[in-house]
Amino acid sequence: MDNEAIATLIKTNFPDAIIGSGVFRNELTIIIKKEFITDIAKFLKEHQELDFNFLSDLCGVDRVEMDGVFEVVYHLYSIYKNHRLRLKVPIPSNEPHISTVTGVWKTANWHEREAYDMFGIKFNNHPDLRKILMPDDFEGHPLRKSYPIDGRQPVTLRGIYRKDVDEA
Amino acid sequence: MTAISNTTTTHLMTINMGPQHPSTHGVLRLLLELDGEMIVKAEPHIGFLHRGVEKLAEYKTYHQCIPLTDRLDYVAPFSNNLAYALTVEKLLGIEIPERAQHIRVILCELTRISSHLLWLATHALDLGAMTVFFYCFRERETIYDIFEMVSGARMNLSYIRVGGVSRDLPGGFLEKTRKFVAEFPSRLNEYETLLTNNIIWKKRTVGVGVISAEDAIDYGLSGPSLRGSGVNWDIRKAEPYSSYDKYHFAVPLGKNGDVYDRYYVRIEEMRQSNSIVHQALNVLPKGDFIARIPNITLPPKEDVETKMESLIHHFKLITDGIQPPKGEVYSSIEAPKGELGFYIVSDGSSHPYRLKIRPPSFVNLEALPKMVEGRLLPDVVAVIGSLDIVLGEIDR
Repeated sequence: MDNEAIATLIKTNFPDAIIGSGVFRNELTIIIKKEFITDIAKFLKEHQELDFNFLSDLCGVDRVEMDGVFEVVYHLYSIYKNHRLRLKVPIPSNEPHISTVTGVWKTANWHEREAYDMFGIKFNNHPDLRKILMPDDFEGHPLRKSYPIDGRQPVTLRGIYRKDVDEA
Repeated sequence: MTAISNTTTTHLMTINMGPQHPSTHGVLRLLLELDGEMIVKAEPHIGFLHRGVEKLAEYKTYHQCIPLTDRLDYVAPFSNNLAYALTVEKLLGIEIPERAQHIRVILCELTRISSHLLWLATHALDLGAMTVFFYCFRERETIYDIFEMVSGARMNLSYIRVGGVSRDLPGGFLEKTRKFVAEFPSRLNEYETLLTNNIIWKKRTVGVGVISAEDAIDYGLSGPSLRGSGVNWDIRKAEPYSSYDKYHFAVPLGKNGDVYDRYYVRIEEMRQSNSIVHQALNVLPKGDFIARIPNITLPPKEDVETKMESLIHHFKLITDGIQPPKGEVYSSIEAPKGELGFYIVSDGSSHPYRLKIRPPSFVNLEALPKMVEGRLLPDVVAVIGSLDIVLGEIDR
């Protein structure tokens, strides 16, 4: 299916959910309201013509400085129909949470954990929402624009492992 | 090895495999819950190699990001360079000279061979076949010599630029590569005599770590790990980039989705890659190795020394960097390990507003628990090997 047909199909099925859509460099982007994410995800996967069976990527984007929101971006692909779609969901930065899509694509599990780790976006009903890349006692969310690039942690590894040596 | 269904032990034991363990192929830590020798639960812990590549990229110009990409999947640096360059080129909407496209194909397919050789060497070594290791490293050495000829470095190559490649192929490159391409199929047969019909190899791999096509797609597997389950999806065929549509090659598929099938798919892929390099060497056109666009690619050095405008462009480009239009693009390639994607959000400035890497190993590793739970401890080693992970791109 081409971009236009995909966009029309989604718009006719979820007229209330669409905030905006656009095509840039022949890539279709659809922006939806966060309440609809689970329904739309299921629809996109199960609809025979769309058949988005492959979640290529899921990530967060920090747009707090620009629009006061975090964005969750889903890159979908259909292996059998060979078409792609980018789904974007803005979520307010003071309350960054959204429903999980792990029930639709299992691969979302680690992607969502990463978005949680990096941006502090909470995914409701996620089976195992823990940090994934950063250490357990890491404070803050490093990919937020508010986290400085030379950010230092209150507890360093040296502070943990060489405590006795340094104090002596 | 077959799984044991009814064991007599009642106590579960939790053990750590890694992060310092030769069979975890890097700093991967697996928390294994064992009932006797059977895996009840496997939990990968990652992040030991996290360097914050995505954060660093937000503070670099588009050109300065290229060296960062080398350090993702460090056994396949050309593929990483290419995936990144293609994304930026898509963002800019520019065309690449044909010669550059073919050079990229040659180098990326050599990279695929070298990456698969490293995989085969270590995978076989993990399962006790040592000779294969020495054989594979012999050929890999030749490929690394070729890379060194081309880029001056052996591992972190940074040879591909936005708009083309950094310089033309050096003299002697074609001869050396032709010689390698002519010899390689017989070498590949040599490896196969050691493994493909080897009864011990088969007992360790056939029926181990099975994943069905449906599950493989659901878990987001890509590359040989997905094709081992019989799913015919290769980005070089589905969404051809860098003139891959001009080459003839087959996409090898497995049937059962076990360790053996993934092994066989990669072996066949090396044969196909070799054939692509052979074809590309024959059709390599003459012409520019990089697009000449003043505010995107650096002007030739001799022009900088003689022409005022070139000097200004050079200066502007080095100090300000490329300034692509506002917008966002996602583009992915068939890297040796699967779908390697880059997602760039541009705010119109000279730094990416957000750069997200979609590393194939990260996603492939996620399916590991599914493949090993209910099986024996030695199978974990076989399955990790068959997924061909590199922690550099998992942790980023």
